[in-house]
Amino acid sequence: MSGHVVPVKTYLGIFVALLVLTALTTGVAFVDFGDIHTGIRLIEVIPLNTVVALAIAVVKMLLVILFFMHVKYSSSLTKIVVMTGFLFLAILVSFTLADELTRGWTPEAGGWNTALPTILPLLRSLF
Amino acid sequence: MSDMAVHAPHPPGFKHQFEDMEQQREAGSLGMWVFLVTEIMFFGGLFATYIIYRTLYLTAFEEGSRLLNVKFGAANTAVLIGSSLTMALAIHAAQAGKKKSEQVMYLVLTMILGALFLFLKFNYEWRADYHEHLIPGFGFIIRPEWGAAGTHVPLYFCFYFFMTGLHAMHMIIGFGILGTLTVMAHRGRFSSEYYAPLEVSGLYWHFVDIVWIFLFPLLYLIGGRFALPGVH
Repeated sequence: MSGHVVPVKTYLGIFVALLVLTALTTGVAFVDFGDIHTGIRLIEVIPLNTVVALAIAVVKMLLVILFFMHVKYSSSLTKIVVMTGFLFLAILVSFTLADELTRGWTPEAGGWNTALPTILPLLRSLF
Repeated sequence: MSDMAVHAPHPPGFKHQFEDMEQQREAGSLGMWVFLVTEIMFFGGLFATYIIYRTLYLTAFEEGSRLLNVKFGAANTAVLIGSSLTMALAIHAAQAGKKKSEQVMYLVLTMILGALFLFLKFNYEWRADYHEHLIPGFGFIIRPEWGAAGTHVPLYFCFYFFMTGLHAMHMIIGFGILGTLTVMAHRGRFSSEYYAPLEVSGLYWHFVDIVWIFLFPLLYLIGGRFALPGVH
């Protein structure tokens, strides 16, 4: 016998929990929770609805990963590899946003965008 | 005639480079997870781009989001979660040494639920989008009620069709995998000792489910639906 056998009861419990969370996230989308005012530059206003929707999605994802995908019962090596995936995703999103959101801070108009007006007539003349 | 003569008996499906079945099973799952990490980054590029354009053109993205049908989105989420359950139960059936007919039944159920998802998505949602001129490149019409944000609503729908389309493509690949597994299960290839193909394919199917778990709120829900009471 190899591998941990998760009882059917656990699978059914996770399934019901996922359905309840789906109903919950759909329901609360129609309720206005207002905004969080952080006072931090770049992210001054965060809609609470977005935070709630993504928090529920993360909980659902954890239930699927831990139980349906057996990561709770897997070796530490597998757990580290799984976490690495999300670490790299966090780097991808946060570094890209750090660039994109701060473009307005530079005094000059930024980068390749300025080249567009000269390129576009060229492209139009070609086609 | 030497090596084959000392061939020790071993469980079916055991590959000789591994110490034992447990190590083989773990190596298989780990390898699949490494692939899924690349899949996280594959979809992650789209998610990151979505986040940036959403911050840049928030009003247009909210207008676009409100045009989607939440009922189909929520129903499809439930359908996909159901297919994840049946996939997990198919693996459980093999692990617990149940009859091969039970493995086949759960695998077929998984495919039926997956097909139901795609049927709802293509036949109701995408078809309605086409008739409402909401598919960029296929007669998209910018509506006057969107106001100044209107020019960027097609951008939202590019994201919508590309993200749901890539997700649907993963599901269609999943059908090929599930079909192969069904044939293997029918031939009695899986046992409580050897079920690695079921296990790693299950990981793939659950991953596709997770992608949808995030697409549903990102595309359907966070568009400020409360602002328009009665509009679904």
